Amino acid sequence: MADYTIKVRRFQPESGSGPYWEEFNVDLEPSLSVLDALLQAKDREDGSLAVRCSCRAAICGSCGMKINGQSGLGCKTQIGEAQEQANKMKAATGVTAAEASSPIGAQSPESQDAVRATGQEEAGPGPITATTETTAPIVIEPMGNMPVIKDLVTDMESTHWTKIRRVTPWLLPHGEAPEREYVVEPESMIDITQSMACIQCGACVSSCLSMEADPDFIGPAALAKAYRFVGDPRDAETVERLHDLAEDPHGIYDCTHCFSCIDACPKGVAPMDQIMRLRRKAGEEGIEDPNSGHAHEIAFVKIIEKKGTLDEAMLVQESYAPGIKGKLKPTKRGIVETIKSLPTIIRALRKRKVGPLKAIPGTHHKLPGDAMGEVKEIYTHAEEHREEFNLYIKGEEGDEEAAIEERLEPPRTHTPAGEEAQNG
Amino acid sequence: MADEKIKVAYWPGCVSRGFTPELHGSMAWVADAIGIELVELDRANCCGAGVIAEHNQELADTLNARTFALAQQTGLAMMNICSTCQGAQSECQQRLDADSSYRAHINEVLSGQGLAYEKGKDGFTNKNFLWLLVEDYGLDRLASLVQRPLSGLRVGPFYGCYIVRPKERLGYDEYPDRDVYLEKVIETLGGQVVEYDGARKCCGFPVITMNRETSLRQAGTHVGDAIDAGADCLVTPCPLCHLNLDMQQPEAAKVVNRDLGLAVLHLPQLVALALGAEPKELGMTKHIASTGWVEERLSVGAAV
Repeated sequence: MADYTIKVRRFQPESGSGPYWEEFNVDLEPSLSVLDALLQAKDREDGSLAVRCSCRAAICGSCGMKINGQSGLGCKTQIGEAQEQANKMKAATGVTAAEASSPIGAQSPESQDAVRATGQEEAGPGPITATTETTAPIVIEPMGNMPVIKDLVTDMESTHWTKIRRVTPWLLPHGEAPEREYVVEPESMIDITQSMACIQCGACVSSCLSMEADPDFIGPAALAKAYRFVGDPRDAETVERLHDLAEDPHGIYDCTHCFSCIDACPKGVAPMDQIMRLRRKAGEEGIEDPNSGHAHEIAFVKIIEKKGTLDEAMLVQESYAPGIKGKLKPTKRGIVETIKSLPTIIRALRKRKVGPLKAIPGTHHKLPGDAMGEVKEIYTHAEEHREEFNLYIKGEEGDEEAAIEERLEPPRTHTPAGEEAQNG
Repeated sequence: MADEKIKVAYWPGCVSRGFTPELHGSMAWVADAIGIELVELDRANCCGAGVIAEHNQELADTLNARTFALAQQTGLAMMNICSTCQGAQSECQQRLDADSSYRAHINEVLSGQGLAYEKGKDGFTNKNFLWLLVEDYGLDRLASLVQRPLSGLRVGPFYGCYIVRPKERLGYDEYPDRDVYLEKVIETLGGQVVEYDGARKCCGFPVITMNRETSLRQAGTHVGDAIDAGADCLVTPCPLCHLNLDMQQPEAAKVVNRDLGLAVLHLPQLVALALGAEPKELGMTKHIASTGWVEERLSVGAAV
């Protein structure tokens, strides 16, 4: 047994006051979970401490929370590991996750600043090893990007479930239903097993940095769910789904590619990877979106094909006015966005950050001729193949358990996500 | 490893030779000053920044396998100076390393160019300058070279998503402290760490052309939070973050509706300042957010 201090962000709406921190001392094995610690505190110290939980085995998805700022499940995070993480951050930064997080600080900036200042003086200059003995409280907060109902219980309805329903999370088959069940090839379902593993805990939504800046973003959980149906061979409205998700300005092109959801997900769903699959499929359909997301992708790919390295000025121009192979065709949005980016360009020129030459699309340095030939050769080959290697399915080499299926022999031109998974 | 010379196959990336030329120059200055020999991979190609993988995974994997193969030809470990390169290249390397038949399939394309990417017994090493500095060069060795400690300079770390997540892909099992290395470097150079909410969050750059408002709100919020926490400047190992945090800072200020004006330094610039370089030779005049305050703080620190 070991002693731990957990620092819980509490809030009771009926009290009329704002959220506050409360520390509890608990005593349990390091291999037990943060949820176990909370339940012990609730049992021994304060029965009013609200936390949602059920299975305690990472199956029901009830106990999503932030532990030392990291979104995840309380029952799947060992208290000993949480302690190590808390100590490490405190030693490195001089503050705990509670002091670095904003919500409560926003309500009482004075105390927040005071804590920060003290922390920094303690840390001061000098080798970091001096503070490695630090023991910091394990900080536990309710999930982010959703309203808090009480203590660690959040309102899943207003953000999570509303967004899940937004993506039509059920099969839309066409034609007459078969007499018995739909029969599909097992291989055609493999690619969506990853998105099917979702337990709807909301940890990815809690961690989403795009949603933090744009609450209208459909978000990682719902988009992973959307891929579950887009990739399903029984679904007959894949193209309509892709149009819907690409044409929503807060859809697939609103993801900022920060990987937060990948680290937050307790079930390996990797929502961001599913969003990228949706982008690939939307791209293959040639769907033009209001965010110029597809145009940006194509512009990037073509610039590297042409030059081998990225020409940033050209990327901006091509994203808004595609014309790499011929005459420029500016879109209406492109003209507006180009005007908006002018002040930035002018400032960069004035500071000589960018020489006048570099600001002109197409003038960035290019690889030597023979190297360009090699890059071109890779393009020619890959455009014919487009193989996807899904580690979730294949597992690492030598890891027999994780490898659900032996990789099919090359030459193989498609993934399970490819042709086979198209509308059946 | 006291004075052991480090020699690396150096991938500078695209942006350090484009919109952040000051980064390329500063890295050269630091390498010279601390004794790291850079063998530049001038024939290597763009990492794809995740965007090419979004289009066609095999294309991204093959392009990066080519870069790794070029590095392997030099017989040296590879070093990059961009969080985004680190993340995008690590992603491709993970897929390539996971399966020998996939590797063979990719190498078939490279074979015509006399190239092949080999996983090797100990695996292929590609490290951001930040990782190399802490893990291979050593902070004690760096500390011994400090000429002008950054005394009194309050520095906020800004990592860039691609170098902190996903942990499982980025070697955190072996090196669990990679998400606090910037703090360690800042302290080694004599500066004070400023912790604020955005240190490991997203700068917003990947969606700057797709959703300008969301993108700039992210950049503006983090810069604002760092200012509120008392930072004199930020430091980042990612030139793409630098574009949003520095080059777009005046635009970000409009979106978050407040005054900003916080210097954002590239990691090699911060190191070089502590080693005695002059701001001008580090291209700091090219920054959009003035670095004047940092220079002032340093000259005060030096006088005391």
